[in-house]
Amino acid sequence: MDIIEKANEEAIRRMLGAEPVLINVVPAREIVPNLQDKMILHAGPPIEWDRMCGPMQGAIAGITVFEGWANDLNQAFTMAASGDIAFDANHHHDAVGPMTGMTTVSQPMLVVENKTTGNRAYCAINEGLGKVMRFGGNDAEVLNRLAWIRDVLGPAMGKALRDMGGIELKPLIARGLSMGDEMHQRNVACSGLVLRAIAAAMAKTSDDGTELSEALAFISANDQFHLNIAMAMGKAIMDPVRDIDGSSIVTAMSRNGTDFGIRVSGTGDEWFTAPVEMPEGLYFAGYTEADANPDMGDSTIVETIGLGGFAMGASPAVAGFVGAGAASEAANYTHRMSEICATENPEWTIPSMDYLGVPTGIDVRLVVDSGIAPTINTGIAHREPGIGQVGAGVVRAPMACFEQAVRRLAEKLGIS
Amino acid sequence: MESDKDNASLLGGKLSVINVGLDKFATELADHDVPVVHLDWKPPAGGDPKLAALLSKMGT
Repeated sequence: MDIIEKANEEAIRRMLGAEPVLINVVPAREIVPNLQDKMILHAGPPIEWDRMCGPMQGAIAGITVFEGWANDLNQAFTMAASGDIAFDANHHHDAVGPMTGMTTVSQPMLVVENKTTGNRAYCAINEGLGKVMRFGGNDAEVLNRLAWIRDVLGPAMGKALRDMGGIELKPLIARGLSMGDEMHQRNVACSGLVLRAIAAAMAKTSDDGTELSEALAFISANDQFHLNIAMAMGKAIMDPVRDIDGSSIVTAMSRNGTDFGIRVSGTGDEWFTAPVEMPEGLYFAGYTEADANPDMGDSTIVETIGLGGFAMGASPAVAGFVGAGAASEAANYTHRMSEICATENPEWTIPSMDYLGVPTGIDVRLVVDSGIAPTINTGIAHREPGIGQVGAGVVRAPMACFEQAVRRLAEKLGIS
Repeated sequence: MESDKDNASLLGGKLSVINVGLDKFATELADHDVPVVHLDWKPPAGGDPKLAALLSKMGT
């Protein structure tokens, strides 16, 4: 249909025309729209307390103690279950968060501005691997690290970014793809590039050598440090693509550990949800599939812009890490995702695939017609609260979300 | 119309197979050292005729 094709051309124009820049780190209370005290933003489509999975409830209890709204985890669980805490989806507040995706007032938020359209998107700073809040960790070690990020790392990064005028992310991603990252489960190269870009400005703006050293060491030791930057970038790119009449391009994919949800440009901010699936992958020593929680997090925003599972061909190493098969299989994932996307990104290319651009603009019509569901590279959380990450794997977006979206878009267009 | 002679020739000669759809057939042939190329194909819209009709009108 002409109206859909024209709408999708506009959607792709906005996606490819975006100029995302990491400009600042600011406490959430100062910058995240409509975020209030005793309010917790979480990953995925909206969900009530009773339907939340174990890690999500564990993280909520932990962040409630971290914010000082409860004295201990037991009190926090009671408050959360009795309605004393308000919950909402990150996506409703220009924000995203990995795995459980906790966003609350005192957390420092990475700020990515889309210079083309002027909109901003936010994500908290990555905590590292293992026992961390995004995987449901909530003990003293987790909360102490969050306090250090709030008091030391966040302010140091904010000062540096303001001093240096920000970090342009489009060329950084292009370089990272050529260095073997797919920006979801492998961010080794991009994390290093961010460190290189920001280190001098952090040194210049620091007045405490010990804190500076700790901050630089933290970034250096965290291979996934760049993930949260990529996520805020993805949100900043995709938000201007919302609400184009007739467009069948996906603007968000997200999971809360119970439901998988997508949004589509031509159907506005409506969520199309289905039960989330279990990742298939590899487990850390001592853990098995029986320990795993279903798929979770806003991090699928990176697949929505053509990275992660869509850019698997750039990252043969990640195919092994997530249990997706041989390195030679990585390119096949990218080829399959090309079949469900409107175009390729000429600025984000994969050298080993003859500079093929990453598949860009997931079209719900193509997903349903072909039966090919988006491939997502993901971390795997333990199903019980408080334990953390137990593996990494690959998961498919549920086809039912895309079928609902096609029917709703058809209805809006008067097609029956 | 194929003649009995054509069938005899097909079954009597060396097979090279393109398998469309279910991969189990391709796997079975490969296990018996028959050259086979598998094409991963599913009916449009998972075989749902109403959804397929909508998609057709929507330009896929």
